Amino acid sequence: MKKKNLVQRTIIIAVVTLLGLYFVIGPRRKPTLRDFTWSGIKATLASNIHLGLDLKGGSHLVMRVKVEEYLKHLAEANAVAADTAAKAASFEIKQARAETGGGNYAVVLEVGDPSKINDVRQAVEKKVELGDTSMWSFSSNGNRMQWSLTAAAQRTLADNATQQALNIIEGRINALGVTEPTLQTHGAQSSHQILLQMPGVQDPERIKLLLKGESRLELVHVVSPPSPAPTQTYTSEEEAKASLGGTIPANRRVLPYGERIERTTDASKGSADKPKRWVVVEAPAVIDGSQLRNATAVPTRAGSTQDYEINFALKKDGADKFGAWTGSHINEYMGVVLNDEVKSIAFIKSQIFDSGMIEGNYTKQSAEDLALILRSGALPAPIEYLEERTVGPSLGQDSIRAGVRASLVGLALVVLFMLFYYRGSGINAVVALILNMILMMAGLIVFGATLTLPGIAGIILTIGMAVDSNVLIFERIREELRTGKTIPSAVDQGFGRAFITIIDTHVTTIISSLFLFVFGTGPIRGFAVTLVIGLLVNLFSAVYVSRTIFMWELSRKEKVESLSI
Amino acid sequence: MVQIFHNVNIDWLGNRRGFIAISIVLMLAGLASAVIRQATGHQPFNLGVDFKGGTVVTVRFRQRPTDEGIRAALTAKAIKDAIVQPVTDKTDTVLIKLPLEEAEGSQTQAQVDVGRAQVRSALNSFGPEAKPGVDLQADPTAAYKIEGTDSVGAVAGAQLRNKAVAVTLAALVGILVYIAFRFEWTYGAAAVIAVFHDVLVTLGFFSIFQWEVSLTVIAALLTLVGFSVNDTIVVFDRIRENRRLHRQDSLYKITNDAINQTLSRTVITSGLVFLSVLAMVLFGGEVLRGFSLALLVGIIFGTYSSVAIASPIMVWWEQRIEAANRAAALAYNRPIKSGVQSAIKTPSRPAVAPRAGKRSPGTGRA
Repeated sequence: MKKKNLVQRTIIIAVVTLLGLYFVIGPRRKPTLRDFTWSGIKATLASNIHLGLDLKGGSHLVMRVKVEEYLKHLAEANAVAADTAAKAASFEIKQARAETGGGNYAVVLEVGDPSKINDVRQAVEKKVELGDTSMWSFSSNGNRMQWSLTAAAQRTLADNATQQALNIIEGRINALGVTEPTLQTHGAQSSHQILLQMPGVQDPERIKLLLKGESRLELVHVVSPPSPAPTQTYTSEEEAKASLGGTIPANRRVLPYGERIERTTDASKGSADKPKRWVVVEAPAVIDGSQLRNATAVPTRAGSTQDYEINFALKKDGADKFGAWTGSHINEYMGVVLNDEVKSIAFIKSQIFDSGMIEGNYTKQSAEDLALILRSGALPAPIEYLEERTVGPSLGQDSIRAGVRASLVGLALVVLFMLFYYRGSGINAVVALILNMILMMAGLIVFGATLTLPGIAGIILTIGMAVDSNVLIFERIREELRTGKTIPSAVDQGFGRAFITIIDTHVTTIISSLFLFVFGTGPIRGFAVTLVIGLLVNLFSAVYVSRTIFMWELSRKEKVESLSI
Repeated sequence: MVQIFHNVNIDWLGNRRGFIAISIVLMLAGLASAVIRQATGHQPFNLGVDFKGGTVVTVRFRQRPTDEGIRAALTAKAIKDAIVQPVTDKTDTVLIKLPLEEAEGSQTQAQVDVGRAQVRSALNSFGPEAKPGVDLQADPTAAYKIEGTDSVGAVAGAQLRNKAVAVTLAALVGILVYIAFRFEWTYGAAAVIAVFHDVLVTLGFFSIFQWEVSLTVIAALLTLVGFSVNDTIVVFDRIRENRRLHRQDSLYKITNDAINQTLSRTVITSGLVFLSVLAMVLFGGEVLRGFSLALLVGIIFGTYSSVAIASPIMVWWEQRIEAANRAAALAYNRPIKSGVQSAIKTPSRPAVAPRAGKRSPGTGRA
């Protein structure tokens, strides 16, 4: 009976050990002779374990989508649309504006005649999305009408904007050809953060600029007398405002006109040269970036390598609209606006359908980057970087070396002590410990977990925990022996009693590790992963395997007289 | 047979006042350090970029300039308050730390974008940087190479800080619930108080010696929580077992016995873990330094607290509950005349029938 039990246990242990070994050092292809050499084993081990950025080297970026800007733009656009719709129905509107701040986003109309409020409301809601009561709640007071964005709608819109930003960033990353990037939302959903990890990227400066690059492209009607008169421009913002009577109405915008100014995708450096002139343009734009079909960087003159511009093409719908509009505005001025700056102004010679260009002294790289940004679509809202971590490959190599060295020294100390203090039984502990290491690696690989530097610390601590289980058991067996029990029953009792304690200690540590895993970030998670896997494995190696070895020892002799412990 | 302890018989609980006094002194020292630093306009804790925000750039030089030289180059590019910190185990490498500028909102965020570029422009006065993807050694014209950057904005810093505190507290509650479920809630509370003590003492060390508190230190604190609770549970487990075996013994004796019986295990395990952590301090490199230091201190106090703090608190608490129960039971059973006072003076027989395996009442200090 006992014998059969032992055979069964041995088979289970052998199978688990072989499986573990296969997962750790087994090549995932037809093995060659080289796979059995030391360097071959090292190579497969390195390729099997998924290393974190802090060990492998790479960039880790956390960014936030400024959704409040998105909601603000939305309110502003609706204010313009509401104003236009009300005026089109020939109501008197004193003022139309968006009121934003303190987490509220509202469209406010002040009407000339308070008794007409209901009629104005009808006229506006017929044409503008403000009528959607699931998003906007209406209220009025005197001659003031207000549509406020509901909290639920804010959340939905903000979440959608984040998702959209994520998709666009993904497009840009793919276009750049970054290898094996990880891109996902980060933290609580309401934080609107995105995490991007790029293994192997040592200097993320260009990528950072590209990702954050805004590309709000608009084609606008410039307020100016038609050609052949020159474009109406102003030398200052104030002067431009003065031409509109001091305040800017909702259907006009005053924009800087940066004629042929060096401009890269680097927004932070953009203001180095101050734009010289200002123009007044109509709002809303004739065409916006959502109608863009393609954008490519081309040399301004054939064969030029320094001076580039960007040609763009519009989608079918946009092209139809653009064609109709240019057809009816021959000789008037049209502006190409990028990120609220007029890049070029030209008069319309004849009807244009689907193409245009952006001029601006671009270099080859800046033009190509901008074309990439335009092609990938406009970000719904600007993004900002919250966190950047970059680890060069040699720093990662150093960390691996230090971690492995610390683990080996720790392991060696523990092994020496166990063999010295517990003699023969110490061998049990050492076998269990080595098996634990193998199975922990296998666990990391099977679960596809990532090994980080704190993860290596978790391994070292697992060594401590694993040896604790053995110490608990051995001390207990010694104690039982001292009370005069026979060896088999002392071993039995020792394992049985210690097992309860081992379960309790393991469960509490697993509880705290689970909290780390679920709520912790990046490197801390890596620590929790190795610790949890190590502890689970330990229940098998330190208790089951160690006990089997004792059983085997005891079963070899008919009558056991001594136990080396 | 090698044996560290033979039939130890130490009256641990008898010295509880001394132990608790030591702990209070240690905690007060840490608190005093934090408060005094705060009051004199210093940082109570040396928070790393993870929690405070800012930028750390790791630079490896071919010919390492002096710290003053690096600082001068940084100042020339209008980078103020930069800290140049040598890396102990690598002489050619320095950490350049830029604090987060004291500004509101978006300006602090912008630093995450530019910190690295700023440092690079300053370092270019020593010669060009090695090209991306090329090792410093492989590029003979290069003078330095930026090996890594950690840049954390104010928002992310606050977020990481709050999260770290929340995770630690949540883990403590989880442990409390588990121990309450496995033992009694008094045991759980005593264990959690002891662990709290360990965390506070360890943090006190970080304040006194101004070791840097980074994200990994929080991981270390949580590990320490796990270890300390481990030690406490080993003792509690033994108390639970002894209570079942020796019903006539007082809780006081049972607890002392349990601590003594598990003492060699406690010392061996803690010693071994201490050795592995020491290996980490000595060989684990700069990145793991904070983590391993926190653990090194934590292991010592975690072991100490499970013997010297958790058990006395649990015994004290249980005794109070016993006394209260007995008083209540006697007050209920007897006429009012005999009163509560006599009930307390009758400690020989417990008035509450012991539930098997659960709380079997001790009779106070024998």
